Amino acid sequence: MPASALDADTARDLLRTMWRIRLFEERVAQLKRTLQVHGLIHLSIGGEGVAAAVCRQLRDDDAVYSGHRAHGHAIAKGVPVDGLMAELMGRESGVCKGLGGSMHLVDAERGFMGATGVVGGNLPLALGTALTQHLKGADAVTTVFFGDGAVQAGHFNESINLAALWRLPVIFVCENNGFAEFTSRAEHSTVERVGDVVAPYGFERETVEGSDVPAVYDAFATYLDAARAGNGPFLLECLTFRRRGHYEGDPEKYRDPEADREWARRDPIARFTPVDGETARQIERQAGEEIELAVRFARDSPFPDPELSAQLVYAT
Amino acid sequence: MTETTFVEAIKTTLARAMREDQRVIVLGEDVAEGGPYLATAGLADEFGHERVRNTPISEGAVCGVAVGAAQSGLRPVVEIMFIDFITLALDQLVNQAAKAHFMSGGQLSVPLVLRTQGGAGQRNGAQHSQSLEAWLTHVPGLKVVMPSNAADAAGLLTTAIADPNPVVFVECKALYFRRETVPDPPEPVPIGRARTLRTGNHVTIVALSRLVGDALEAADRLAADGVEAEVIDPRTLVPLDLDTLARSLRRTGRAVVAHEAVTAGGFGAELAAQLQAAAFDYLEAPIQRVGAPYTPIPVSPSLEDAYRPGVNEIEAAARVALEWGQHDAEPWDHGAIAPPRKTP
Repeated sequence: MPASALDADTARDLLRTMWRIRLFEERVAQLKRTLQVHGLIHLSIGGEGVAAAVCRQLRDDDAVYSGHRAHGHAIAKGVPVDGLMAELMGRESGVCKGLGGSMHLVDAERGFMGATGVVGGNLPLALGTALTQHLKGADAVTTVFFGDGAVQAGHFNESINLAALWRLPVIFVCENNGFAEFTSRAEHSTVERVGDVVAPYGFERETVEGSDVPAVYDAFATYLDAARAGNGPFLLECLTFRRRGHYEGDPEKYRDPEADREWARRDPIARFTPVDGETARQIERQAGEEIELAVRFARDSPFPDPELSAQLVYAT
Repeated sequence: MTETTFVEAIKTTLARAMREDQRVIVLGEDVAEGGPYLATAGLADEFGHERVRNTPISEGAVCGVAVGAAQSGLRPVVEIMFIDFITLALDQLVNQAAKAHFMSGGQLSVPLVLRTQGGAGQRNGAQHSQSLEAWLTHVPGLKVVMPSNAADAAGLLTTAIADPNPVVFVECKALYFRRETVPDPPEPVPIGRARTLRTGNHVTIVALSRLVGDALEAADRLAADGVEAEVIDPRTLVPLDLDTLARSLRRTGRAVVAHEAVTAGGFGAELAAQLQAAAFDYLEAPIQRVGAPYTPIPVSPSLEDAYRPGVNEIEAAARVALEWGQHDAEPWDHGAIAPPRKTP
């Protein structure tokens, strides 16, 4: 395998981003148990490598769409963790003023165009943004994250056909964690690899291991360059794992302890060692401090005024 | 004033909007070919296929593309060829378009127009003839517009394209090809303002889309008996100009609400509820509803003609309201829910 394009500074950044996501989500899990964060919470622990390696390469004018498991993508795209934590805690200072919550995070200024609670619902939206970029003649591109569960949705099939037909500058990043909610991929589809689903449409596509951060980085870099040059669409399938349940509180009766052990060993943070141990611990510690500050920031923020809802139904 | 048709007015307005604003694009099935009613005919010739985009038969994704484009800076006008197919686009319309501004705390806005058309009368059967606008009025975040004539269609479409919110623009196939006159250039019509087409002091008839013309005809018939009916077209369902309707009802004390949609759960139910709350003390009779019966839409001419509410039903409903309490008037029951048949 060729040496990765990752330089030392970038690699360090990626480790930092992964720790920020990991510690943010572990803290969210704690806060969920005491009902200090609200609503359905879907964590990406074990899958941070994909978010970090992809979003590190994007600019603010590049759009990212995500699904219901979106915290990591938002953090990696540069959305401040204090605004995210405040959003999950339902505070006025949240990125969406407390109106969106975990499944509907948006930070338009940073190109985080949105999470969605409807599996597969974000795919056509990403095409719409890519179409806008194409018509404006910009070199900005759109990336959409989705899980393998979305692949069986009608929107997926409509969207990949349309993206291929219109040659849109969109990069589909599938986080194939082998589970659609509580059920294994094998019980939902006879097609194991998502790359094979798009094959007839003539997509350029690649399947990599999602916890192999340099591999994700390099594969995405190739597609990003091509998409900036006006080509597309592309599919990057990242084989990954969901180390927690579908949502916090999931009874997880379906889990296989063998797979859990295997993926603990393949954890993207554990296997990525671009810096020495002391530096790595420092990165982890700093990330933890940042998350604690975010929790404090959120706790110090008021809940939104009850009149806010009626004010934001329509744009003026 | 120029002479035109409803469908011509749509086409001319789209072309004007595309000329004035590069951000306006049109997309949908067969739009570059003009579509089955020619509402977009010629647009591709003038503006090219980049801005007038034919799409596959993928209503869900196409509506979603329009939402994504709208929240990224374009002003898409997406066509759903028959409102019956909006079922396939509802996730994108209801879960994404309607809520993006709200869920993002006001960061995103979705200046999208979804044009579609409904209504029976062409023997197209139960899947190409429905009037489903009431579903859409149930979703906060959408605006719903339903013009009854070419001038309002042109004026409301101009306003809808400029609106920063998703607007569902419900046309009526039965109105498309009548000759009408419209102001040139078209006068923008504000979203949320009703129009009183005929004034009268005895009964208020609130009618939507195709039934507006029928209401005017019913008013002519009533006038022959010395009854002065006031006919009001709300033109937009969301937001609703309740003030204009309620003011009229407070004066007349009697009202008929009329639309082609199935009466049960139709927008007339909302109109009646809001009107009775706003004018309860002035009511001389229960508000009468005119709509379609509780059956799917049949194809056979004899059946479809019986199904479609029109002048006769509006006139009859108005007479019930007018004669309420004078003798044993029966409540108007066109559109009553048929009891389920007993299984043998």
